[in-house]
Amino acid sequence: MTSSPATTRPKVTIDGNEAAAYVAHQINEVIAIYPITPSSNMGEWADQWSAEHKPNIWGTVPTVIEMQSEGGAAGALHGALQAGSLSTTFTAAQGLLLMIPNMYKIAGELSPTVFHIAARSLAIHALSIFGDHSDVMAARSTGFGMLASNSIQEVMDSALIAQAASLESRVPFLHFFDGFRTSHEVAKVEQLTVQDLRAMIDDDLVRAHRARALSPDHPVIRGTAQNPDVYFQAREASNPFYLATPTIVQNAMDKFAKLVGRQYHLFDYVGAPDAERVLILMGSGAEVTHETVEALVATGEKVGVLKVRLYRPFSIPDFLKALPASTKSIAVLDRTKEPGATGEPLYCDVVTALAESGVSKKVVGGRYGLSSKEFTPAMVKGVFDELKKKTPMNHFTIGIKDDVTHTSLDYDPEFSTEVPGTVRALFYGLGADGTVGANKNSIKIIGEETGNFAQGYFVYDSKKSGAITVSHLRFGPRPLHSSYLITKANFVACHQFSFLERVDMLKAAEPGATFLLNSPYGPDEVWDHLPRTVQQQILDKKLKFYTIDGYEVAKQTGMGARINTIMQTCFFAISGVLPREEAIAAIKHTIEKTYGKRGESVVRKNYAAVDAALSHLHEVKVPGKITALFDIRPPVPAAAPEFVQKVTAKIITGEGDDLPVSAMPVDGTFPSATAQWEKRNIALEIPVWDEELCIQCGKCILVCPHGVIRAKVYDEKYLAGAPPTFKAVPARWKEMKEKKYTLQVAPEDCTGCTLCVEFCPVKSKSEVKHRAINMVAQPPLREPEAANWEFFLKIPETDRQSLSLTQVKDVQLLRPLFEFSGACSGCGETPYVKLMTQLFGDRALIANATGCSSIYGGNLPTTPYCTNADGRGPTWSNSLFEDNAEFGLGLRLAVDAQNDYARVLVARLSSVLGDDLAQALLHADQTTEAGIFAQRERVGVLKQKLGGLRTAEARDLLSVADMLVKKSVWIVGGDGWAYDIGYGGLDHVLSTGRNVNLLVLDTEVYSNTGGQASKSTPRAAVAKFAAGGKPTGKKDLGLMAMSYGTAYVAHIAMGAGDMQTVKAFLEAEAFDGPSLLIAYSHCIAHGYDLEHGMDQQKAAVNSGYWPLFRYNPALSAQGKNPFLLDSRPPTLALKDYAYNETRYTMLAKSDPEQAKKLLALAEQDVASRWKLYDYWAHMPVNGGEKK
Amino acid sequence: MIDLSKTIDLSTTYLGLKLKNPLVASASPMCEDVGNIRRMEDAGAGAVVLHSLFEEQIEIENDDLDRFLTEGSERSPEAVTHFPELTSRVLGPEGYLEHLRKCKKAIKIPVIASLNGSSRGGWMSYAKQIQQAGADALELNIYYIPVDPHVTGEQVELNYVELVKAIKTEVKLPVAVKLGPHFSSMANMAQKLDAAGANALVLFNRFYQPDYDLEALEVVPNLILSSSHELLLRLHWIAVLYGQIKADLALTGGIHTATDVVKAMMAGSKVAMMTSALLKRGINYLDTLATELLIWMGEHEYDSIQQMQGSMSRNAVPQPAAFERANYMKVLGSYAMR
Repeated sequence: MTSSPATTRPKVTIDGNEAAAYVAHQINEVIAIYPITPSSNMGEWADQWSAEHKPNIWGTVPTVIEMQSEGGAAGALHGALQAGSLSTTFTAAQGLLLMIPNMYKIAGELSPTVFHIAARSLAIHALSIFGDHSDVMAARSTGFGMLASNSIQEVMDSALIAQAASLESRVPFLHFFDGFRTSHEVAKVEQLTVQDLRAMIDDDLVRAHRARALSPDHPVIRGTAQNPDVYFQAREASNPFYLATPTIVQNAMDKFAKLVGRQYHLFDYVGAPDAERVLILMGSGAEVTHETVEALVATGEKVGVLKVRLYRPFSIPDFLKALPASTKSIAVLDRTKEPGATGEPLYCDVVTALAESGVSKKVVGGRYGLSSKEFTPAMVKGVFDELKKKTPMNHFTIGIKDDVTHTSLDYDPEFSTEVPGTVRALFYGLGADGTVGANKNSIKIIGEETGNFAQGYFVYDSKKSGAITVSHLRFGPRPLHSSYLITKANFVACHQFSFLERVDMLKAAEPGATFLLNSPYGPDEVWDHLPRTVQQQILDKKLKFYTIDGYEVAKQTGMGARINTIMQTCFFAISGVLPREEAIAAIKHTIEKTYGKRGESVVRKNYAAVDAALSHLHEVKVPGKITALFDIRPPVPAAAPEFVQKVTAKIITGEGDDLPVSAMPVDGTFPSATAQWEKRNIALEIPVWDEELCIQCGKCILVCPHGVIRAKVYDEKYLAGAPPTFKAVPARWKEMKEKKYTLQVAPEDCTGCTLCVEFCPVKSKSEVKHRAINMVAQPPLREPEAANWEFFLKIPETDRQSLSLTQVKDVQLLRPLFEFSGACSGCGETPYVKLMTQLFGDRALIANATGCSSIYGGNLPTTPYCTNADGRGPTWSNSLFEDNAEFGLGLRLAVDAQNDYARVLVARLSSVLGDDLAQALLHADQTTEAGIFAQRERVGVLKQKLGGLRTAEARDLLSVADMLVKKSVWIVGGDGWAYDIGYGGLDHVLSTGRNVNLLVLDTEVYSNTGGQASKSTPRAAVAKFAAGGKPTGKKDLGLMAMSYGTAYVAHIAMGAGDMQTVKAFLEAEAFDGPSLLIAYSHCIAHGYDLEHGMDQQKAAVNSGYWPLFRYNPALSAQGKNPFLLDSRPPTLALKDYAYNETRYTMLAKSDPEQAKKLLALAEQDVASRWKLYDYWAHMPVNGGEKK
Repeated sequence: MIDLSKTIDLSTTYLGLKLKNPLVASASPMCEDVGNIRRMEDAGAGAVVLHSLFEEQIEIENDDLDRFLTEGSERSPEAVTHFPELTSRVLGPEGYLEHLRKCKKAIKIPVIASLNGSSRGGWMSYAKQIQQAGADALELNIYYIPVDPHVTGEQVELNYVELVKAIKTEVKLPVAVKLGPHFSSMANMAQKLDAAGANALVLFNRFYQPDYDLEALEVVPNLILSSSHELLLRLHWIAVLYGQIKADLALTGGIHTATDVVKAMMAGSKVAMMTSALLKRGINYLDTLATELLIWMGEHEYDSIQQMQGSMSRNAVPQPAAFERANYMKVLGSYAMR
C-alpha cells in the first residue's frame, strides 16, 4: 500500500467498528444484527444513525433490525438479499458460526453482500471475547470471499472495496479485522466521502442484483432440492465467478487508489526488495510486523512482510507476484489453531500455492496472538531470528512459553521498535469513572487538532465492580503501526490512589518519564503514603512527579466523584502537546460534544472542573530517599492453595502472560472456591453490625449480592480465643436461645453497595437513620474485621437439619456456596444465585448461559462458586449462549441415567450389600433436607461396603453411587438467553417434563453486552435498538410457560417478597418436572443508585408492573387452582416506579411526547395483565364456584 | 332579572394588565396541561399563572441523567456503555417555554409565567427566555428555605432585593415577587422590594411541609390544600401594605369563596389567586365564584371591584390598631370571655 496524497477529506479519530459501520450504513438498505462482543458497536452505530435519519447514498434510511440470534439475523439477511435489497450484518465468534448455514446458501445463490466481522476467539476450552481468526477460519469453506483489514483506515477502505467487488463478482464477502485490537482501537483516519462511496458503487450492478431478486412479477424458483444426478454439476457451475473474483477485487482496489490515493493489492509486500526472510500474515499483526520490518531493514537486515488481504479466493499468481524472488525462508503466521491438521489454514494455503507453482522455498508455520495475546515487535524479531536457522522450527508458537510440547520460540522481550518522538502514555482508571471516555476524547483532540498521528487502545479487567481500566495512548509525527500495548511509557497517570498498592504501574515507565497521581495527599505529604516499590521506581528512573487532589476539585466544582475531565486537563497541561489555552478550548469543545445533550448544567460543571484543575496541579519535590513502611500487597494470602499461589495469583497481578502451557489445565477444568483468595478491598465503606439493635431477621444477608454478610448460631464454647472486637449476642430463636449469634462482614470482599443497609427493616428509636447495619469507613476496620472474619469462618456452620428452610430468618444461616463474585456492586442477579446455592448448592449442577452470570460466575482469574465443609458445592459449566436450556437438560439426562444404573446395580448387589441397605437406598424419601442427609449417610455406608469388592459391577456402582443422592439441576441465564436466543430450547425443555430448574435473571436488557433490547425489555424503556423507547410490550414468558400446564412457574422479586422468593425456589426444586423462575433483577443498565434496588423491586410490584405469582401444577392434581397471585392489586402509579430509572427518564427528558404516549400504553399493559392474572387466580376449579 | 355583569364592573388591573375579573388561577400542576388552561379561561379566570419553571429541578434531573449514563459506562470490555445515545438533547427550560407558547396561543387572558431559579445565571437567562416566549408577566417564585444558621436575615433579604433589581434590568416584563411570610419586618421587606422595582408582591407562598410516616419512620412530603382560615394572615399583611408601596398586591392562599375574594379586594389586593379551591371543586368553580361575587356585590350594592379595593386596608379603617398588637389583645380577651 502506498499512502495517499494530501486531500480535503476530513480526518476523524474513530475505532475500527465505527469505520466499518460508517461505510456499511451508507451502502446498504437492510441491516440485520444481533449483539455480540466485539462487533456489537457496529450494529449500535448503524442503529443510532438510522434513528437520526441519516440516509444511505441513495437517500433512504437503512432499516436496522435486531434479531433473536445471529442465526435469525443471517436468515433475515438472506431473505432481504433474495428480495433484492442491499443488506449487511456485523458479527463475531459464535455469532458467525450461527450464520454459517445461511452463508452457504447466500454464497451458493451468488448473492452479493459483505459481512463485517470483528474476528474473535471461539468458545472452545473456554470462552474468550478477545480477538483471533478462529471464527473467520471456521467459515472459510462457505464460499464467501474473505478480505482482511489490518488497521482502522484499512477497515474503512476495505469495507467499500469489498462491497464494490461483491456487487461485481456476485461472490459474498466476509470483511474481517481483529476483534478489540482493531475493532476497538481509536485512531486518526481519513474519512471517505459520500462522493467516494458513490464513485465506487456501480448502480448498474445494484440494479442487476435487484433484477435477480424474487418477485411475483417475474417469478423464479430458488432453493430447490437436487438429486445425485445434478447437484454436483450445479455446485461446479459457479466456478467462473470465483475465478474472476481476484481480478475484480484488484480492479476495485485500483479504482479506489485512483479515487482516494491509497493503493492496496491482494497481497502487499513491505520490506527489503532483496529480502531473504519473509513473514506472511494478515490482520493487525501485519502492522506490527510492518513496523518491525522497517526497523530491521534500517539496520540492514534482509527481511520483509507479505500482508495477505484477499484470503479467499486465494490467488496463487498474485501471491507469487508479490513475494520477492529473493525469498529463501518463509514463516506463515496464523492467528488460529486447527488441532490435528497438517498446519493452520494460511500456512497450508501458502505451502499449496508454492508447491502447485513448483516454487521451492523453506516454509514454516506458526501460531500467534490467540485471544488477543500480545503480538509485539520482539516476537516478530523472534520469528525472523528463527528463520535464520538452518532448520527453523515448524508449527511453532510465538508469544507464549510452551513447556509441554515445546512449540514456542524464544525471543528477547526487551527488543523494541517504538518510534522516537512518539508520546506513549498510560492511564490507570477505575471502570465507570470516565477515564476511558476522557482519553478517547484526548486522542480525538490530538488527532483532529494537531498534525500528529494518534492511537488509543483501552484495556479492562474482568470484574464488573472495581475494575481497573488502562488506557494506552500513542501520538507523534510519524504514522503508527504499533498494534500492541505500551510497555515503555513516557507518561503514566494513576487516577485512583488505591491502585498503587495493587498494581505495579511504574514498571512500564521509562527513565525520565512523567508520573501524574490523583492523590488525597498534597505535594508535601504524598511521598510518605507511596508503597516502597513506587518510591523506588520514582527515584531509580528519575521520574517527574505531579500530583492533584482530583476528588477535591471535583467536589468543589459540583462534579461529585467524576475526575475524568480534571485529570485530562492535567495531562494536556503537563504533556504540552497543545498550547495550554488551545488545549483547554479543545477539551471544552469535546465536553460540549460529549455531554451537550445531557443539558447545559452538565456542560457548565465540566467547564468549571477544567478551569479549576490547573491551580490544583503540583509538581512534587521528590525526596532523595525511600521512606515507605509498606509495599504493594501480595495478590493472595499465603494460606491460599498451591494452584491459587502459582496460577491464579499471577493472573490477578496481570502476569498471566508469563504462565507457561504446563500451568494450564488441559481441558478447561478449574478448581472452584478461588474468589475467597482475591482480596480486592474495593469498598470505601463497609456495613457494620449493631448487635443491640438487630432483630436477627437475616434480610441483609439475603440481599447481599456478594455473599459478604454471614451469620451463624453456635455454642458459646466456640467463642474461646475470639478477637477483641468480635461480636456475639444471644440467638433469637426459640429453639436455640441458649446459643450465640454472630453476624459478620467480610471487610476485604465487600463492594460497599449499601443494599443491606437499605433493606434493613430496623431503625433506631433515638435516631431513625441508624439501622441495625450501617456503613462505616473501611480502612480503619480492615485489619480488625479481617481477623474477625477469619475467626468467624472457623466457627462450625449451623446444622441445616435444625432449620426451617421456608423462613428467611433460617435461610440466613445456610452457607452460601457462591461468594465474592466480580458482579457489579449492588447487582440484582447475584442474590438469587446465592440463595439457590444456599438451598441446594451442595447437590447442584449448574448450566449457565453466556452473559453477565457466566462472566461473574466463571471469568478468570477467580471463581465464586465454592464448597461447604464437606467439600461439596455447585459444579458449574457454561456451554454457549443459545443452548443453555438444552445443555442443562443434558446434565439432567445424565444424572437420571446414572441414577437408573445405580439403582439397577443396587438391586443386583442387594444380597452382597444387605437387603436392608439396598431397600433403604432404593426407596429413600429425599423430599426433605433430613431425607437427603440420611441418603447421603447410606451412600457413605454403600461406598464403604463397595470399597472391599473387586467385581466390575461393584466398581461401576462405586462410580455412580453419588447419583443415588438427589441432584438439583439449575439452568441459569439472563433474559437475552431465555426470551430471545435460547427461547426455542427453553420452550422445548419445559415441554419435556424433565426435572430441571430454569432461573431467569431478568434485567430486561442484554446487560453483559451493554444494554441492547431483548424481548423482555418493557414498553417505554430506552435500550440500545430501542433508543426512542421500546414501542412494544414485554413478552410474558411466564404466561407462555404456564400454557403447558405441566411446568412450575414463578414470578419473583426478592425486594418485594423475600418469603415468596424463598418459597418459589423450594417449590420449584421440589416439583418433579420442569420449573421456571423469572426473577426481577435490578441492573446498572436501569440507571439509578443500585442501593435502592430492593426498594425499586417493591415499587415494580406495587405498581403492578411485576406481579408476584406461583403456578404449581402439583396443586392441580390436588384439585386446587394452580395459579397463586402473591401480590396485591396495584397501589402505585406506573410512572412512580418507572421514572425512578434512567432507562425511562431519558426518554421523558428528551422526547416527552413520545414518553407520555408509551407510558400510557405501558399502563394499559399493566392493567390488562393484572386483570387477566386476577381472573385466573380466582378462576373456578373443576367446575366449582369462583373464589 | 337584572344582568349583574352589565351593571357591576368586575375588572381590575394587575401588573399593568387589564383583567376582566380578579380571579386568577395561581401556579400549580394543573397549569401543566394546556387543556386545563383553556378550561380556566372558559370558566372565567381573569388570568393564569403557570406552574413554576424550577431551575434546580432541571439541573438535578440532568445531573442524575449524566451520572447514571456515566456510571453505566466503561464497565467492561463488552459493555463500554449501557445506554444508547440520547436521540435528542434533554429538555432544560425548552419544555416549559414551549408550554408557555402553546398557552399563549390557546387563550386570550394574560398568561403569567412563574420562575424558580437556583443560580444568578439561571434566573437571568430563564427570565429572558420566558420574556421571549411571550409571557405577559413574570412571577418570581423565590422558594428559598434558609437552613444554614450562618446565613443572617439581612443576607437573605439582600439576596431577594438584588435578585429583583437584576431581573428588572434584564427584562421588560412586569415582575411580581411571590413571598413567604417569614420576614422579621414584612413591611420593610415589601418596601425594599418595591424600591427594587417589583411590580407586584404576591402574598404568601405556601411551603411544602414534610410530615412523618410513623410506621415506616420516614419523612414524607406532604401537601395539605389550603383552607379559608389561611386567608387571615394574607388579609392582614395586604391591609397593612396597601397604600404604602407602589407595587400591586396579590393575595394567594386561602381563597375559597366569593366572600374570601371580597375580603381580599377590600384589604387591598388587586387579584385573588387560587389553587386549592380549584383542586377541590374543579376548574369550573371559577364560574361559580364569579357569579357569587356578582351576587354578593349586587346584594351589597357595590358597582365595581375597584371601588372596594383597599376599602378596608389598614389606613382605610377607623381602627388601624386592629392590625397591630391591640388586635391580639382583643382576641385573647374575647376568648377569655367565652
